[in-house]
Amino acid sequence: MSSSRQIAVTINGTVYEREVEARKLLIHFIRDDVDLTGSHIGCDTGNCGACSVIVDGTLVKSCMMLAVQADGSSIETVEGLANGDELPVLQQAFSDHHALQCGYCTPGMLMSATALLRMNPKPSEDEIKKGLQGNICRCTGYWNIFEAVSAAAERMSE
Amino acid sequence: MLLREVEYAKPTSVAQALAILSENDGARALAGGQTMINVMKARAASPDALVDLAALEGLKGIELAGDGTLSIGPMTTYTDLVVSAEAKARPILGEVCAQIADVQVRNRGTIGGNLCSNDPTNHLPPLMVSIGAQMTIAGQGGERVVTADEFFLGVYLTAVGPGELLTKITIPAGKRDAFAAVTLGVDGTCIASAAASVNGSLRIALGCVDATPVLLQPASADEGAVREAVRAAGIDPPADVHASSEYRMHLVEVLAVRAARQASERN
Repeated sequence: MSSSRQIAVTINGTVYEREVEARKLLIHFIRDDVDLTGSHIGCDTGNCGACSVIVDGTLVKSCMMLAVQADGSSIETVEGLANGDELPVLQQAFSDHHALQCGYCTPGMLMSATALLRMNPKPSEDEIKKGLQGNICRCTGYWNIFEAVSAAAERMSE
Repeated sequence: MLLREVEYAKPTSVAQALAILSENDGARALAGGQTMINVMKARAASPDALVDLAALEGLKGIELAGDGTLSIGPMTTYTDLVVSAEAKARPILGEVCAQIADVQVRNRGTIGGNLCSNDPTNHLPPLMVSIGAQMTIAGQGGERVVTADEFFLGVYLTAVGPGELLTKITIPAGKRDAFAAVTLGVDGTCIASAAASVNGSLRIALGCVDATPVLLQPASADEGAVREAVRAAGIDPPADVHASSEYRMHLVEVLAVRAARQASERN
C-alpha cells in the first residue's frame, strides 16, 4: 500500500507516465498534470457531467474516478475529437445548431454524444435524451443540443 | 476537489484483499467509486486506505444456472447487468438498473457497491429483499451466506463487517416482479420506492421510509390488503427537503399498491 503510485495512461493516443497521489481525481490528472484543459470541472459532485471522458471505450465522469484507477487505460478527451483544424461532424453540428452558449458543458456533452453515437448510430429523440441525461446545461434548454446530435447522426449515416 | 490523503492498494486476489482489509482498520473497499469518491470529497467518510477491487476478476460477471438461479459478481456494473443476456432471466434486474442515475454512473457503479453502501434511497436494497436474494460474504475465516432480509442492518451499514467482502449475490428464478418509485427527476434519486415480487407468495419491500428496506408479506395483492399491510407496518418515515414524513408515507402506500399490482399482472 502506498499513498502515491506510478501510472501510465494513454490520452488521445499519447502515453503519459506520471507519479500520482492516490487521492488525485482523474479530472485533476488530465487538467493539471497533463495540461489538457478541455475537460471541465462543473459541480465536482458527479452531477453535471462537464468532466465526462471516455475510458477504454466507456463514458465516465472523471471527477468520480481516481487517477490511479485509470492506470493502464486508454482515455479519450474532447481534444481528441478534432482532426487538426477541421471540425468533425458532431462538433460542426453543435456549431450549426447553436448547441452551446457559454460552452462550459460542451466538452462533456460532446463526449457523451460521441459515446452514444458509437453504440447507437441512429438514436431516437428519447435515446438521445437518455444518452445525455448525465450532462447538465444551464444555457440552452437542451433542445438545440438534441437537434445537433440528431443532425450529426443523420450526416454520419449518409 | 482535493481528497484527504489516502493509501491505495490494488490486490489481485480476494484472499489478498481480505488480508489487507483485516490488517488495516481504516481501510475500505473501493468498487466503482460512484458513492465512495463523492462521500470522500464531502469528508462524510475519510478512509485511511482504499482497497481497489477492480482487478478481482472473480467478483465480476453473471452466471445463469440450469434451474434459473442467477449468480452475480458484486463488481458487475449496472451497464454490464443491463446488457447481460443471462440477467434477462430475471427481467426486473435490468429494468431497475437501467433507471439508476445516468449513463456515466451506470458505466462505473457496481451492484455490490449499491448494496454495501445501503443508502436508504438506493434502488437495489428493496429490490433484493423483495426477490429474496442471498448474499455471500467472505472473511479470512471463510464464507457465510445471509438472506437480503438479514443483510441490510442500518443506514450505510450491512452484514459485511470489517475485514469482509461481499463476494456473490444469488438470485432465485422468477419473473413476476415490479418496482415503483417517485424520483427526483427521471432516473433520479428515490423519494420513496416499493419493490414487489409474486413468486409463490407476495413480498413487498419499501425503500426510503426507514434505515433498511421494510418487508411486507400481505396475504394478497389486492389494493385493500396491500394498503392495510403498509399502514400496519408501524413505519415513521424520515422527513427531508423533498418530502415530509406524512407525504412519504402517502407515496409509499400508493407505490406498494402499484408495484404489487404490476407484479401480479406480469407473466
